[in-house]
Amino acid sequence: MPENKTRQPVERVSIVVSRGSLEGVYPGLIMANGARMEGIEASLFFTFFGLDAIAKKRVDRLKVATVGNPGMHMPTLLGALPGMSAFATFMMKKEIGKLDIPPIREFLEIIHDAGGEIYGCKASVDMFHLKKEDFLPQVDDIITVGEFYEKSAGAQIIFT
Amino acid sequence: MATLEILGKTLELDKDGHLANPNDWNEATAREIATREGIGELTDQHWVVIHFMRNVNQLEGAPPSIRRITKESGADTKSLYQLFPNGPARKAAKIAGLPKPNSCV
Repeated sequence: MPENKTRQPVERVSIVVSRGSLEGVYPGLIMANGARMEGIEASLFFTFFGLDAIAKKRVDRLKVATVGNPGMHMPTLLGALPGMSAFATFMMKKEIGKLDIPPIREFLEIIHDAGGEIYGCKASVDMFHLKKEDFLPQVDDIITVGEFYEKSAGAQIIFT
Repeated sequence: MATLEILGKTLELDKDGHLANPNDWNEATAREIATREGIGELTDQHWVVIHFMRNVNQLEGAPPSIRRITKESGADTKSLYQLFPNGPARKAAKIAGLPKPNSCV
């Protein structure tokens, strides 16, 4: 470590959202929006099941994962009961609403209006047989991982 | 305690560099802070946001979140970012003589 190294402020962030559950998507959006609020450039890159968050038909149907999610403090078998995920989703949406955090669709509009960039991952889009038209109008482009790195020049890359 | 020399007065600042006492604030002070923050001339739209924030702060003891400003003040997200570029959260509160908003959205 060089001595007297001064800490540089964060100027750009590139946030990868790879999961499609409600609790998998929100952290990336909160971080991207929070970056814009502080004057930090932000771009979001949705990959694998994260694509659900920007797909027109899926964005309003994201659910909390109640199975395989130790943070739920719930036995796996209980989490697998019918209606459990819907109930957990309802509860989380209620609590998130209390904090004035918007639903995903509106949150993406806000981030877009705030100057944040929104991208889908081409490999995932191809894998799920989707097209550009399947995505929300706020999606700037569908790009390759190479283009993602190009666009992330000088940014901190955060994987969620 | 840091202070700010402004319009012939010395005002106390909090740890974030915002006015420590909202009652030290007036419109002339806001104009001067805006100039120093690189915002330039304050327009009617700026004042709508500033007065909204001060009203909420006076009624509730804390400045509103950005989300609330865009929902209730009349300035939407796009215009808020145009009015207060490079960090509307801090900039608008600073010019309004209020503490930094303590909210993640």
